[in-house]
Order: sequence, then structure tokens, then C-alpha cells
Amino acid sequence: MPYTADKPPLPETPEQLRARIPGWGADLDPADRPSFPREVRGLETGAHWELPEQQEVHQPRERSIEHARLTPVFGTSVPLKGLSGVIRRYAYQRFSEGRAAHWLLLIAADRVDAVESHLVSFATLRPDDPVTETGVLAEPSHHPVRSRAGRVDVRHQLLDPVIVVGPWVLAGVVVYRGVRAVVRRTRT
Amino acid sequence: MLLLRAFCARGLYSNCHNVNPNATAVGGIYGYSHTTGGYDGGQAEYVRVPFADVGPTIVPDWMDEEDAVLCTDALATGYFGAQLADISEGDVVVVLGAGPVGLFAARSAWLMGAGRVVVVDHLDDRLEMARTFAYAETINFTQHKDVVVELKRTTGWLGADRVIDAVGAEADGNLLQHVTSAQLKLQGGSPIALNWAIDAVRKGGTVSVMGAYGPIFSAVKFGDAMNKGLTLHANQAPVKRQWPRLFEHMRSGYLKPNEIVTHRIPLEHIAEGYHIFSAKLDGCIKPLVVPGAA
Repeated sequence: MPYTADKPPLPETPEQLRARIPGWGADLDPADRPSFPREVRGLETGAHWELPEQQEVHQPRERSIEHARLTPVFGTSVPLKGLSGVIRRYAYQRFSEGRAAHWLLLIAADRVDAVESHLVSFATLRPDDPVTETGVLAEPSHHPVRSRAGRVDVRHQLLDPVIVVGPWVLAGVVVYRGVRAVVRRTRT
Repeated sequence: MLLLRAFCARGLYSNCHNVNPNATAVGGIYGYSHTTGGYDGGQAEYVRVPFADVGPTIVPDWMDEEDAVLCTDALATGYFGAQLADISEGDVVVVLGAGPVGLFAARSAWLMGAGRVVVVDHLDDRLEMARTFAYAETINFTQHKDVVVELKRTTGWLGADRVIDAVGAEADGNLLQHVTSAQLKLQGGSPIALNWAIDAVRKGGTVSVMGAYGPIFSAVKFGDAMNKGLTLHANQAPVKRQWPRLFEHMRSGYLKPNEIVTHRIPLEHIAEGYHIFSAKLDGCIKPLVVPGAA
């Protein structure tokens, strides 16, 4: 079959498509598409300021060093704290978004934050409960086997416990061996 | 130095530079961790809405509440994704992913005059929805040895004019991609869908990306994109900019967004709801959280 400049014929004519599909071609003219052109001046955004009023800063707020200044508005739901906060602050202060170290440190800090948050929760009246809080209780009543039958995205899930738990086990072994070596050395 | 309305004033509503100190690439997003500004999410009985006199809009009397909810994210994003693809009359459009955004993108491609719309996924429930809701042809990629070859075959061996990536970082990918992205987070997501898009689109074609990827690098076949002369369009959806036209389409009967809703979850059972959605139990395609429904 030779390649041709013309596209292969379509199975249906515009008239057939218009009859079959509600609204076919309603936005055929790009001018009818709301994001055409992508950038346009003079849109009525509703914003009635040139620069929003600066939100109050109650504790030092980390920011990307690619920003000229702290943004006028920022979220307060995840203030930096503990060791994870130290790692995150270092990642923000030292590396731009263009550096892999920036993101790898933030990813590591996420894991540290998870551990810290779990430990802190155990000192409260509502400790973390992976059974109720992960939603896994929905499994028995929602056909867990039939829902997954024949799906390709479940083929890697057997590996997940190994990948998730493996680094912890490995870290535990390293720490155990290190402590044991120190203890032996101090005894001799 | 001031940060004035640098981008929203040009219509780039989703690229605000004033609300996320944590990164310059992405704007603020509610409920999306500290990398998008550290804002709480909105799945609650009451929410505090910054700039509430600007961001929201009034739900018209004629609009169903469920349809209104879908306008805030999935529908607007799918509609925007079809626009990013620069569809012309008669174009062959491939949509990768038959989740809510992919379904809405496929349906929207017809509004822009597509000649064929092909949706690719591996979940039969979703492909059935792609056929009935989005009037699309479907390909279950698990039934083909190589889905890219199948896409080439079905497009006269030249590739689709436009390919829309409505999968993003969520793709499972091969073992290496799964381990490095989903598990170890060393990639900004498994790029398998994006690589399929680059391969399956024709030379000179357009790839639209509104599947979300993380900020860290991903192993994307960028050389092929360059050699094929592709146009890559991508963005978070400027949602409010979509609304007036979307409302017209809904009022005209061209779109009934809540036809894709499969589950309605009481707010009290939201943990279970997320699990059902995430694990795709019971054919879940789109759940809605309903306060006070328990």
C-alpha cells in the first residue's frame, strides 16, 4: 500500500456525523472555542486588583528561590515541622526547581514526614488507623476479585509490598548491624 | 519587586504566579500538597474560599447540581484538552485514557469537528462508556500485542492527526516504569501514555497533554517528538474560561456530564469512596461525594 498525501477516507460524512452525534461541529470555528487564542488581552477576569493584598506571615514561609518574593497568597495547611521541615527548608533554600536535588530532597522529606506524622498520631486520642483510613474496608462489599479480573494494572501489585517494605527492612538490617558492631567494639 | 497579574490577565487562569510560593511552574491547587501552595482541599461540608468574589460563578437555575460539580474539573479539563489538540474538521483524534477526563475529551473532540475519535484503555467498563457516552471507537490495548502498531494500522499507517494524553502520571507502564515512578517517585509519572502519543501521532501532528505529571523529570521519547515535527500543547485547564461556552453546550443538550457518574459516596464514607475509585472496584468510573447523604 503506497503512502499518499491524502488522508484515508473517513467512514462517515459530516452530515452523517452531525445527525448521529449531538453538537457535532458546534465549535468547528476556532473562534468559538473558549481557549482560542490561548493568550488574549482584555478578558474580563473579575480580578479587581493589580496586586493582591499580602497575606499575613506568621512563621517563615518557605518558597522557591525562582520566585522574586513571597507570593501575596499562600497555603497554611502544611507548615514545616520537625526533621522533615528541616529537609524541606534546605531543599527550598539551596536548590532551584531545575535541580534534581530539590525534588529528591522533597520526596525524602515526604517519607520522613509520613513517619513523623504516624508517630505523633500515636500520642493523640485518634492514632492513625490504616484499616479505616485507607478505605480498604470497602473491598469485601465491592467485588474485589471480579473487579480485578483480567486487568493489566494489577500485575505489578504483587511487587508493591516488596518495594514498599523492602527499603525499611534493608534500613533496619543496616542499623541493626551498625549498632551491633559499635556495641562489640566498645566491649572489646 | 511586584508580582502583578502576569498571566491571568492574558487568559492563562491556571498559570497564576501569585498563589504558590513553593514552585514557579505550577499555580496553587486546593488539596494537592505543599508543592502546589499548601492549600486544604474542598471535600468538606464547609470550605473557606480565597477570592470568593472572583473565582466561583453562579450555578444557573436550569443546571443539575451534579452537572455543576463536573464543570469544576473533569468536564472543563476534557473540553480544554480537546482544544489543546487543535482539531480541524475531519481529523482523526486518538484519546489515551477513558477515565472521566478522557471521556469528556473524546466527546468534546466531536464538538470541534473530528472525523473519527478513537479511545484507548484497558478497562472494558470504561471502553463501553467511551462507545455510549462519547460515541467513540475503542481499542483495548491489552488485546493487541503492540497498541501503537494497532493505532498505525487503523490510521492508514501514517498515525492519527491528533493524540490526547488523558492518562498522565497514573499510568502503570512496564515494570521499570512502575517501580521508578509509582513506587519510588524517581520519575514525574510513568510516561508510557505520553510515549504512545508521540509514537501514534502522525508527522506534523499535535499531541495534547492534560494528563498530570509530577515536577521531576520523566523518561520521555523527546527525540521522536522533535524528529516528527510535532506540536506539543499542554496545560492545567483554565477552568473558568471554559464555563460560558460549556454552559451553552449543556443547555443546548449537547452534553449531559453526569451520564458518566457511576457511584455516589456519602461524605462520611469518603475513605472507602477513594479506595473504590482508586482501585477501580465495581466498574467505578466517576464517583461523586455527597455531603449529608448517609
